[in-house]
Amino acid sequence: MPFDLPLLSLLIWLPILGGFATLLVGDKEPWGARTVALLVSLATFLLSIPLYTGFDVSTADMQFSEETLWIDTFSIYYHLGVDGISMPLILLTTFTTVLVVLAGWEVIQKKTAQYMAAFLIMEGLMIGVFAALDAILFYVFWEGMLIPMFLIIGVWGGPKRVYATLKFFLYTFFGSVFMLVALIYMYYQSDSFAILDFHVLKLSLTEQIFIFIAFLMAFAVKVPMWPVHTWLPDAHVEAPTGGSVILAAIMLKIGGYGFLRFSLPITPDASHELDWLIIGMSLIAIVYIGFVAVVQEDMKKLIAYSSIAHMGFVTLGFFITFIIVENTGSIQGSALGLEGGMVQMISHGFISGALFLCVGVLYDRMHSRQIADYGGVVNTMPVFGAFMVLFAMANSGLPGTSGFVGEFMVILASFKANFWFAFLAATTLILGAAYSLWLVKRVVFGPVANDKVAKLEDLNRREFIIMTVLAAAVLILGLYPAPLFEVMHASIDNLLQHVSVSKL
Amino acid sequence: MENIYLAIPLAPLLGAILAGLFGKQLGRGGAHWVAILGVATSFLLSLVVFNHHILNDAPAYNDTVYTWAVSDGIRFEVGFLVDSLTVLMLLVVTFVSLMVHIYTIGYMHDDPGYQRFFSYIALFTFSMLMLVMSNNFLQLFFGWEAVGLVSYLLIGFWYTKPTAIFANMKAFLVNRVGDFGFLLGIAAVLMYFNSLDYWDVFEAAPAMTNVSIQVLPGMDWSLMSVICILLFIGAMGKSAQVPLHVWLPDSMEGPTPISALIHAATMVTAGIFMVARMSPLFELSETALSFVMVIGAITALFMGFLGLVQNDIKRVVAYSTLSQLGYMTVALGASAYAAGIFHLMTHAFFKALLFLGAGSVIIAMHHEQDIRKMGGLKKYMPITYWTALIGSLALIGFPGLAGFFSKDAIIEAVHHSQIAGSSFAYFAVLCGVFITALYSFRMFFLVFHGKERFEIHAAHKHDDAGHDDHSHGHSGPPHETPAVVTVPLIMLAIPSVLAGYVIGPVLFGDYFQNVIKVLPQHDVLGQIGANYHGVLGFIQHAVLAPPFFLAMGGLITAWYVYLKNPSLADMARKRASFLYQILINKYYADDFNQAVFAGGTRGIGRLLWRIGDEVIIDGLIVNGSARIVGWFSGVARQVQTGYLYHYAFAMILGLLGMLSWLLFLR
Repeated sequence: MPFDLPLLSLLIWLPILGGFATLLVGDKEPWGARTVALLVSLATFLLSIPLYTGFDVSTADMQFSEETLWIDTFSIYYHLGVDGISMPLILLTTFTTVLVVLAGWEVIQKKTAQYMAAFLIMEGLMIGVFAALDAILFYVFWEGMLIPMFLIIGVWGGPKRVYATLKFFLYTFFGSVFMLVALIYMYYQSDSFAILDFHVLKLSLTEQIFIFIAFLMAFAVKVPMWPVHTWLPDAHVEAPTGGSVILAAIMLKIGGYGFLRFSLPITPDASHELDWLIIGMSLIAIVYIGFVAVVQEDMKKLIAYSSIAHMGFVTLGFFITFIIVENTGSIQGSALGLEGGMVQMISHGFISGALFLCVGVLYDRMHSRQIADYGGVVNTMPVFGAFMVLFAMANSGLPGTSGFVGEFMVILASFKANFWFAFLAATTLILGAAYSLWLVKRVVFGPVANDKVAKLEDLNRREFIIMTVLAAAVLILGLYPAPLFEVMHASIDNLLQHVSVSKL
Repeated sequence: MENIYLAIPLAPLLGAILAGLFGKQLGRGGAHWVAILGVATSFLLSLVVFNHHILNDAPAYNDTVYTWAVSDGIRFEVGFLVDSLTVLMLLVVTFVSLMVHIYTIGYMHDDPGYQRFFSYIALFTFSMLMLVMSNNFLQLFFGWEAVGLVSYLLIGFWYTKPTAIFANMKAFLVNRVGDFGFLLGIAAVLMYFNSLDYWDVFEAAPAMTNVSIQVLPGMDWSLMSVICILLFIGAMGKSAQVPLHVWLPDSMEGPTPISALIHAATMVTAGIFMVARMSPLFELSETALSFVMVIGAITALFMGFLGLVQNDIKRVVAYSTLSQLGYMTVALGASAYAAGIFHLMTHAFFKALLFLGAGSVIIAMHHEQDIRKMGGLKKYMPITYWTALIGSLALIGFPGLAGFFSKDAIIEAVHHSQIAGSSFAYFAVLCGVFITALYSFRMFFLVFHGKERFEIHAAHKHDDAGHDDHSHGHSGPPHETPAVVTVPLIMLAIPSVLAGYVIGPVLFGDYFQNVIKVLPQHDVLGQIGANYHGVLGFIQHAVLAPPFFLAMGGLITAWYVYLKNPSLADMARKRASFLYQILINKYYADDFNQAVFAGGTRGIGRLLWRIGDEVIIDGLIVNGSARIVGWFSGVARQVQTGYLYHYAFAMILGLLGMLSWLLFLR
């Protein structure tokens, strides 16, 4: 490793400390807090780049590891490390945070310093979640993350923010309590809180099923999977733009990450036993939520529902693996779904982030999220219109954009599992296009709908930069996803090897 | 050669990017120059490739450009396969596209979205080139969806026009229905062949003939049939076959040049091309071939009928495209892939010609598109008149013109075909010949001959589409359009006459050898070819065959009914008003889709949202559990009375309970 710096620790603590620094700078001169926040987020992003450049793609071992004893009595360690599954997600986090800081630039006039601080602190905590290799450390970051998000929605949110924050908090907290119980149980079985020790811990099928369900409660809420998804539309609608972006782009991925880091390797037999449940829930998410998204009247709700449908591909891709292995009798040929699911997570980070930012751009100008209040926006905002069409197309999985890659792989893989899985999953081609394009038709195209639309101003330079960066990300990942696959291969193969061996 | 192959699609892409992103800096002239230069480069390079592969017999080229991704040991690649089929498509696509580009300078002259338009049509050309040059299913799907995207942008080009933005969404969604099947087909290919490379799949395919697949439990279906039908569903979307044809007439909402592009060179030909490319797969399933043939026959006949009642000049041509696509599809179903591709080529020339001719008329009529308000234009627009005559004659298959050879070959091929459905298909394509001649010359006579039914000093209409109303004519009698419009017409008229004379090598020779695969028992073209003795013999033979008489009959009927004795047409309409209603409402397909699919989707969506999410999940489960917790804590609160004697009493009860458990139950 070319760097002797404790890179992961830096990535976690720099934004957290930077967040407190931002608080100290205070609100007197709003540009002060903004500048500090931007510098900190940029520095964090730059620091995260060596994670990619210095990453060894040939091994599935944890890299950039750090380990120090934290609480002796319970043998809890401050143990960090990344593999091909978590590294891309950390990069996604640092990348998105920069954009979010920029997106809140002049928009947030109230308590700017606190706003920026909340996002920086959250960034550190989220990186902590992806980097933690000790279960308790993970749990601390996992729960800690809720606090800034709770504040972001509760303080800078819309009129019904109290209901939304409570729903969000209780939903996710409810899920994670069960996870904590499972973690403690495994501690008693293994005398360790190391996640990697959990991976090799022998567990009976009954134990595994209980643990699996406990994890499922936590992760399914985060993803969110049908039927525990109803907090998401409410949270999105009330959250400020930046909050929605972080929520959609990163927090949802933590659920997906949890399945890969915990559920599959710790409880492989239970995962196999209950794969029908997850697959069923995922397919329902894709089809049912697809239909629901079509009829939404609020732009943010529409995108929130489309997020749920798209995240259905993630869980579907992860769990069809078991059926493919069962059908073909070997793990050869079952990585497609897992890797597709991973790519879908990254891609969804870009696209949903971009779409929420688009809505934010409109909301800042018109203070409405209702589709009916818009129409013919492209007449006054042609540049914005072009971006919106691009992201909507990406959202409907157009080849050449990142939205295609994951969906394509997962549909191809699910055909191997069962024709009807692929059939139901592929309905997204129609439903996804229907809700995305109908949104575009009603908001972007058409004659100018009213005086407010007639007075709209096109993107300013700051917004243009944000959109351009995201558009580039969407196109690059769509046209050349190979590097991302390369990063994941070793870890995914290792995971498959591990999962294919029964613990019984 | 690699660089040349690469430059063919990239040149228009570069033009599209420059015109699109830097349109303001380049100005109008700069934008059309970069786009036209891009496409012209492609065309010239295609000629080089033609020279290399066809004239100099170079072997097919098949190589990877870059690896898109690797997963599961499967290499997903972007690469080119250049063989005789590709070369033919390259020439057709780039030539027609180039003509359309030049024509656009005149047609879109005063449109505020000039640069954007050039960017889109260049992008369209790029997408289509990627599609036809692909050597694997992934890139095929990329091009497939990319033409869908650009058609979406182009049909909705006039984005303030409500019908246009409805039509473009409809086009995209209907195409997505086709893509849905197509994607499943690709997934099936990947599962059973473990590769998406054409040659790998084609090589392994014969071994799969007897493999079966259970889509529905307990029912064994032939794998090849399932794959081919799924792939063909994709073709039904792109090539607008019944019942996925509904998007195509509506695509007339876009500016005329793109109608020519969509209908002739790009997009709708994609499905035909794809099936021909997949001939090694389709040959293995007679079920799929029959399916293809019947769908094609239905489209050829029933879409032709609709052309009879349309009064919008572009829509008449649009329905004729649908019908002609049906012919191509029938040819594919009869295993006469080469004939399908041959008709695709000749059709590309004369259909582009007809569309651009229609556009020329529309310019002259100040954006009036109703043929009932035209007439007698012959003397005002001689070039348009003569080129349109050539196009129409080519379309109806007048002996010696391009369409004659290709259409006659199809009809003969279907006649020889033995697979299920071929007799119906033969009937349909024969009837279609009469219908084609009838609607084509109905339009031709109504537009160019007879009384002048337009008002010379017509007040300019200011509908939403009329961006360029004032540009070309001002008031006064209609006059011929400028050279940027008429030169492409003439350029397209030439191959509309001559393209048919390559029938010998293309259909009966070895042009498609090793590219299009036909099993001996399906080889209808081979049977016809056995009796083929040169072009003249072919013409002689055809002049004595039913299609010729049917075509002439249609032409004469059109002349009699619409020129000689116009009251007949009205009478027929009144007499058969029931039929007329069905036709004018396009078999009610749009109303059906609107009510059942669009309405149904919204209905299901609302039901799931309002009942599933809001009532059941949120109302009962989420807020319900909150209420239960609330209720429970309310009850529990009652216990905490604060009176000491309540607590003491509870303690005594508890003590009693525990003691009795210890004493008696253990």
